[in-house]
Amino acid sequence: MNKQDTKVTSVPSPHGGSWRGATFHIGGVHPAENKLSAASPIRVAAIPKQAVFSMFQHIGAPAVPVVKMGDEVKVGTLLGEAGKGLSVPVFSSVSGKVNKVDAVLDSSGTRRMAVVVDVEGDEWEESIDRSDTLVTMKDLGNITAEEVVNRIKAAGIVGMGGATFPTGVKLMPPPGTKAEAIIVNAVECEPYLTADHRLMLEKPEQILVGIQLIKHAVNCPKAYIGIEMNKPDAIKLLTDLLKEKAAQYPGIEVVPLKVKYPQGGEKQLIDAVIGRQVPAPPALPINVGAIVQNVGTVYAIYEAVTKRKPLIERIITVTGKSVKNPSNFLARIGTPMQQLIDEAGGLPEDTGKIIGGGPMMGRALMSLEVPVTKGSSGLLLMTEKESRRGEVSPCIRCAKCVSACPMGLEPYLLASYTRLKNWDGCEKNDVTSCIECGSCAFTCPSNRPLLDNIRVAKQTVMGIIKARHMESITKK
Amino acid sequence: MNVILIAVIVLGSIGLVAALILFLAGKKFAVHEDERIGQVQEVLPGANCGGCGFPGCGGFAGACVKAADKGSLEGLLCPVGGQPVMEQVADILGMKVEAAAPKVAVVRCNGTCESRPRIAEFDGAQSCKVQQMLGSGETACAYGCLGCGDCVAACQFDAIRMNPETGLPEVDEEKCTACGACSKACPRGVIEIRLKGLKNRRVVVLCNNKDKGAQTRKACSVGCIACQKCVKVCKFEAITVDANLAYIDAEKCKLCRKCEDECPQNAIHAFNFPPKKSPLPTSPKGGGDKSSDY
Amino acid sequence: MKPVISLSPHVHGGDSVQKNMYGVCIALIPALVASLYFFGLGAAIVLATSVAACVCFEWAITRFILGRKQLTICDGSAILTGLLLGFNLPSNLPIWIILIGALVAIGVGKMTFGGLGTNPFNPALVGRVFLLISFPVQMTTWPVSGQMGYVDVETGATPLFLMKEAIKSGDASILSQLPSSLDMLIGQTGGSLGEVSALCLLIGCIFMLCRRIITWHIPVSILATVWLLAGLFHLIDPSYADPTQVILSGGLMLGACFMATDYVTSPMTAKGQLIYGVAIGVLTVLIRDFGSYPEGMSFAILIMNGFTPLINTYVKPKRFGEVKK
Repeated sequence: MNKQDTKVTSVPSPHGGSWRGATFHIGGVHPAENKLSAASPIRVAAIPKQAVFSMFQHIGAPAVPVVKMGDEVKVGTLLGEAGKGLSVPVFSSVSGKVNKVDAVLDSSGTRRMAVVVDVEGDEWEESIDRSDTLVTMKDLGNITAEEVVNRIKAAGIVGMGGATFPTGVKLMPPPGTKAEAIIVNAVECEPYLTADHRLMLEKPEQILVGIQLIKHAVNCPKAYIGIEMNKPDAIKLLTDLLKEKAAQYPGIEVVPLKVKYPQGGEKQLIDAVIGRQVPAPPALPINVGAIVQNVGTVYAIYEAVTKRKPLIERIITVTGKSVKNPSNFLARIGTPMQQLIDEAGGLPEDTGKIIGGGPMMGRALMSLEVPVTKGSSGLLLMTEKESRRGEVSPCIRCAKCVSACPMGLEPYLLASYTRLKNWDGCEKNDVTSCIECGSCAFTCPSNRPLLDNIRVAKQTVMGIIKARHMESITKK
Repeated sequence: MNVILIAVIVLGSIGLVAALILFLAGKKFAVHEDERIGQVQEVLPGANCGGCGFPGCGGFAGACVKAADKGSLEGLLCPVGGQPVMEQVADILGMKVEAAAPKVAVVRCNGTCESRPRIAEFDGAQSCKVQQMLGSGETACAYGCLGCGDCVAACQFDAIRMNPETGLPEVDEEKCTACGACSKACPRGVIEIRLKGLKNRRVVVLCNNKDKGAQTRKACSVGCIACQKCVKVCKFEAITVDANLAYIDAEKCKLCRKCEDECPQNAIHAFNFPPKKSPLPTSPKGGGDKSSDY
Repeated sequence: MKPVISLSPHVHGGDSVQKNMYGVCIALIPALVASLYFFGLGAAIVLATSVAACVCFEWAITRFILGRKQLTICDGSAILTGLLLGFNLPSNLPIWIILIGALVAIGVGKMTFGGLGTNPFNPALVGRVFLLISFPVQMTTWPVSGQMGYVDVETGATPLFLMKEAIKSGDASILSQLPSSLDMLIGQTGGSLGEVSALCLLIGCIFMLCRRIITWHIPVSILATVWLLAGLFHLIDPSYADPTQVILSGGLMLGACFMATDYVTSPMTAKGQLIYGVAIGVLTVLIRDFGSYPEGMSFAILIMNGFTPLINTYVKPKRFGEVKK
């Protein structure tokens, strides 16, 4: 579609010759990359007048607000403590007065509990080190692995690629498993997004220290950085840096990957980098010895451990074909999206759809009032023309969805079973393995809403499985 | 002659052998089923709607027989056949059933295209479940009808239809059997299976919005804002407000319709009452309330 | 602004039914040119009638019998069916027979089942086999290639007919009457319109593979199976024809590249497509060598079309992370 695509099929390898790039082994598609903002350096976004901190910025139990109306907060003040079970705390990214603790519209499209802060000045908690100097492992001295994990947990860090799974939990492998490879996800396979790309170019050493911290935390000697070959500058920068300072950053390797979606999916990335396939749920990546961390998360880990800075800001790409200045912002969490758009040149008149995240897996937003959250990797404004799906026609059984599915499923079958409400059939055909990457709907020549239907099936089947599980427990 | 004879003998003997095999197989593989199940199934409507919670009428008949063996038919109801059918079932099984009042499906949302402005446009598979995954959907109300007709698709009796003008489903009370399939199909629980009421008359809060009043008002002009006026006016303590939403208990409601007049949002509706003799006294009051800054 | 909301993905690859259908039509152009070159006016009349009839019948059935407002003739599938049906007919076939063939192909083969995407059998083949059984004489007298006329053309024995004769009589010398492999590749033989030039069909097939309209599994598995099996027979008994000539003769190339690869009637998984292709290959050779008809491709494809749902049910793609039990 897009003629500007520069397809990089190989990059020079430091060992001589060139890399052809590894990739995952089943399915995959290649959407037009449209990395419009790849060349624009990260800009610090202005501090908003009012910031909204949702208590639902991560997977698991919501955070519980610990402030009330009228409380004074600073940058880094705890707003919500981690809830019971799988959860993380939420911190203020601004200083000022709590306006209200109430249900507010967030990126999910519904009203959910959040803390709203009216900004006054920019005062930081004293415990946070605001300097820019690089802190290395040597500077940290004899920091224990436990201390690293504790600092990560206390900083409220979650997976910043968009899945928002609490990072602290991921760094504590369950008994009986051992981490054999840390895989840093710098793939950024979503079209348009460039936040991770820019981060690697601008903070490479910090990322390397972050990787060392993770290696230290889970006692794993080997780490890989998976980068797609459409980012040759990042590959070169990191490989050169690793070559130059090999003694300082041992056991880290850059793995150039062929450009293919959904390479950034956790399971696909493990397959691409170390050639192991994670079995169907409930198996986890750690069952094949892998821990995957997004490169943004690695940077957040660096900041949390060395600077004691909680997760209060992140890099977000604001982009779109008619956006005046597609940009990468370092934005405070809680900043309204509207403000970022204003800074990127205002809302284009022909905007038809607003997407939080990338075009393949992002969420369509109803309003620009929603705030930046820990998982906001991008804000994409699509033109009116691009916004609507094409006309649906009957399935011609071309099997393109089957060959595109990276999980080896049969999307056409699952979608038709959903229409027939054949939940049994859906379950038998492994609907629960679906990672909702959208490759099937992307590739369908008949424009069928395959993933819409499969999502319904997945949700229903998960409910049925849960109910069955509960029943078997009560019977016992 | 000879040919005919041979044909008769050959065919006849094949027939005999086959009959014998069938007979033996029938004996050998016979399935012994409680014959009452068949009898019960015969009086059931046979729509296999699943409204009873069992897979089809056969499943329900089996459950009835089992329950009868345990001594009670309580909790079992064929929503389609209703009381008369259950009495027949009880007769067959030698039991008695308590009288159950007839019910009907009620769509608790009045957010028509006019009263509930669309703030977004949905594009995708025409299914309420899909739209539900997008948060509040096309309107700002996260509790009201999504309008994609999952309930219509679920109804086995053609008793619920989308009204293209309002964008809301309408229940045909004659056809509705209160089987509950629509209620289960609705991802937002908008449809309630409610007592049909005396002479089919009902007073219902046509709203399912659990947001705070100010937000509800922004999303929809006929949403319940939990102002408590109806609670105060009700003499029979039939109305409760829970989670910012008023609910009229059909068993306690005496159909006085005072709450209907009192509601500033016109969220309370009375069904199947004869037209009021003098609508004049209520309308200016209703209008006045709307403009007041509650 | 009222933003559009929908679930992901928010972008589409831009593929469409039309692109695929017209892609196949484009892939048929070399064979079309070859048929015009070898059969002249006859080919033009047969193909034009067949395509026009298929499109008209589809339009009429959707409009008047099914009463659908949305017309589907623009998706290119009716044109494709017409082309393929025409390619399967001799160049001197009377127009009324072609019309019957088109009616059966579109009416019985496709629209009875609900139209594009729901037909269990390849419509063009349904039409062709119907004609073959109903009008065996007209359907099996093939004009010798190189004649430009439509009526009163000289007919002759096709390579397939000679092969059959050789097997029947057990006399390998009959095979010496066969044209050379090169002639068969280019198309200097008798036969149906689109069958004669294997080379043009191969060019079309390679085009479709490059455009990713089809995958290699079905054509390669059919051709390989036929070659191997025919080679085996040839080794045992030389009165069976040389495998290369078997592949180049009759409708095999057309069937393997264009008919068996029909989306709707072929299996959905790579593994399933291989099974399907191998089975078609085996059936074709068996029918050609031991059946009463000289050609077995269309029957083999139709038989395996019938097995496609079964293959789809039992042959699943390899799931990600699946552990072999």
